[in-house]
Amino acid sequence: MSEAVLHIEGLTVALPDWSDRRHAVSDVTLDVRREEIVCVVGESGSGKSIMGKSILGLLPRPHVRATAGRILFEGRDLLTLGDDEMRQLRGGRIAMIFQEPMTALNPLMKVGRQIDEVLEVHTAMKPAERRARVLDLIRDVHLPEPERIVGSYPHQLSGGQRQRIVIAMALALEPALIIADEPTTALDVTTQAQILHLMKELQRAHGTSVMFITHDFGVVAEIADRVVVMRHGEVVEAGPAADVLGAPTADYTKALVAAVPGLKPRPRDSAERAAPLLQVSNLEKTYTAQVGLFGGAARKVRAVCNVSLELERQSSLALVGESGSGKSTLARCIIGLEAPEAGDVLLDGERISGLSREQMRPYRRHMQMVFQDPFASLNPRQRVGDIIALGPMIQGVPKSEAHAEARELLSLVGLKPESAERYPHEFSGGQRQRIGIARALAVKPKLIVADEPVSALDVSVQKQVLDLLNQLRKQFGLSMLFITHDLRVAATVCEEIAVMQHGEIVERGPTAEIFTTPRHAYTRSLLDAVPGKEWISSLG
Amino acid sequence: MKSFWKRFLANPRVIAGLAWLGVVVLVALFADLVAPRDPFAIVDKPFLRPLGAYLLGTDSLGRDVLAGLLHGARTTLLIAILSTLAAVAFGTLVGAVAGYYGGLVDDVLMRLTEFFQTIPSFLFAIVLIAILSPSAMNLVIAIATVSWPPITRVVRAEVLSVKSREFVQAAVVAGQRDSAILITQVLPNTLSPLIVTGSLLVATAILIESALSFLGLGAPNQMSWGFMIGAGRSFLRDAWWLVTVPGIAILVTVLSINLVGEGLNDALNPRLADL
Repeated sequence: MSEAVLHIEGLTVALPDWSDRRHAVSDVTLDVRREEIVCVVGESGSGKSIMGKSILGLLPRPHVRATAGRILFEGRDLLTLGDDEMRQLRGGRIAMIFQEPMTALNPLMKVGRQIDEVLEVHTAMKPAERRARVLDLIRDVHLPEPERIVGSYPHQLSGGQRQRIVIAMALALEPALIIADEPTTALDVTTQAQILHLMKELQRAHGTSVMFITHDFGVVAEIADRVVVMRHGEVVEAGPAADVLGAPTADYTKALVAAVPGLKPRPRDSAERAAPLLQVSNLEKTYTAQVGLFGGAARKVRAVCNVSLELERQSSLALVGESGSGKSTLARCIIGLEAPEAGDVLLDGERISGLSREQMRPYRRHMQMVFQDPFASLNPRQRVGDIIALGPMIQGVPKSEAHAEARELLSLVGLKPESAERYPHEFSGGQRQRIGIARALAVKPKLIVADEPVSALDVSVQKQVLDLLNQLRKQFGLSMLFITHDLRVAATVCEEIAVMQHGEIVERGPTAEIFTTPRHAYTRSLLDAVPGKEWISSLG
Repeated sequence: MKSFWKRFLANPRVIAGLAWLGVVVLVALFADLVAPRDPFAIVDKPFLRPLGAYLLGTDSLGRDVLAGLLHGARTTLLIAILSTLAAVAFGTLVGAVAGYYGGLVDDVLMRLTEFFQTIPSFLFAIVLIAILSPSAMNLVIAIATVSWPPITRVVRAEVLSVKSREFVQAAVVAGQRDSAILITQVLPNTLSPLIVTGSLLVATAILIESALSFLGLGAPNQMSWGFMIGAGRSFLRDAWWLVTVPGIAILVTVLSINLVGEGLNDALNPRLADL
């Protein structure tokens, strides 16, 4: 390999006094060499993003600032450059790709003009040359009909198309280095696979170096030449991708690799089929876009079309699909947060769809929900004990008894019973999700509907929460409807999978069968898109 | 992260504001002890200059200006606080119902709110007093009637954002009733902006009350700062202190409330204040 394009030496970034940590990044040394992709991988709070931002001088000054070290790029220390020199460098020699393509683009400007602007600011090209270059760039990122794309506004493009535009902007000036901060995290898994493929292809074609910041080891396995593992602002391990992924040396890296959900399908516990607990037949849900006081043509979206499914007692079914597939709407119809237009939901043979909130109340004790966002799903102004005891108290359990049970549940999910007296903000994301699980279990339900319960969590915490759910399922004899976008998670948790696309279930069957012999084309593309699948399979 | 009280009290502007408000509240509470006589009683010759026999001099009828100022604090503050409480209670109710139920309920309530907002508030207050006849109670009603719409808008916006959070859905799944969800889950999470808006509303209420009293529409037989300015305005060139003293009292009090209100805002939204 040739010399380093970027050389970071002893970089330390201080945090303001009121934060819980002194440094976001402490004493980090790393290299990005010519024409290689370096993946900086770490969990939330590892300082990986702050490190990436400090290279381009994008830290929220004056509260967060680099206090020691050097960032050498093409012979210059970026930490000592003035604002004007830095501006020349940004977009010119170093480009950045952000996580959320919608916020990275100006919603009021046509995307062609936004790429054109980069060229106008940094080069002396004539308008006609610039237009040709913009079209070339759009072709480079494999967008269809470049002439139509240049005249589109960001909201007229899909998330994947927007991210392609952002990549085209980054490539416009042939930068020596691209810093990509979680560029595929906000995208669906099939789109993510395409974008990763594109980035690798363009990086090879243009001979650019890439610093790729991510939390996902699957993504690392897919594209990295070298890997830098960060934790608490420090570099834990660095080396060639094959070494770090194949034979990690640091304990932390080993733990992270072990926490990556495998692709081993979960087998059925017993061959015999039990009576179904939940039956859904011909369910329909259509959303009508809100119409104002004086009306207007309503827009209709069929979120769930003619869905039927069954869930056996003490078993679990994963609803897998990408965003907009209707999987969450289906779950909300089943739990009674949305009213379906047609179709029936039967719990234990009793019809629970079409009931009023009042009539629904007795059935609440049989089914509960675990929510996605551990930060939004707990009321910040209530004590944890009160949050957990609410359900049982509504079902008529006396207050003291409900609170005593809440304490027991807390120790069951791995928290101290004293946590009941504390407020949600004192807990981490994983701990909050445990509280959410305890709340769902408090009424002793037969069915738990879990809507992406681990998608907001770090991979190591994700594994702990999944293990906990698994153990509680056995202990309480629960059935579980598990909604997820991640086939890897679905495989570890559920023995059956239903794949949803455009509001319909396109394929359904035992996990093992789906993995070995997928019948529907969409299921196959989902399986192909799992990042780093060869590497994950090699882990066994 | 420091606690709310530490952040609140570390702000020197808050301390200055609280100090002055503390004095005003004490004076309002103990006006009868500090100046036991009726503030309308004639004590000496008219137009005695300040810093003589009487600290702040006497007015056109020979009444003690200091006694008026002390008793005036009580009237002004009482009317301002009561009208603010009424406006906050009513505004919160309307805003919470509109935001939580949405749809037609929201449309009707918000159009009603806008109807009140489009009428110039001070003129509206004058009309109300003219209809209801001037009295302390009617002042409270008039000021509350013109001040509730902003509260409604703040509460509605907060309720709209809070009700879409997952913990509200969790309460629905647990089987909690709408009214209980609104009171125990949603409203406690709208408190911060409500407290800030409410505290600033007290300042506005003082200004409206003073302006109404200035025009002679204040509570009769009750000394208030606005009334003192109104009574002294014809003698501005001969007896400047009659207008200046209560004027400064209003200015400093309103300023103090604004300082405290802003301090509350900074302490309740620390991220906003720091970055």
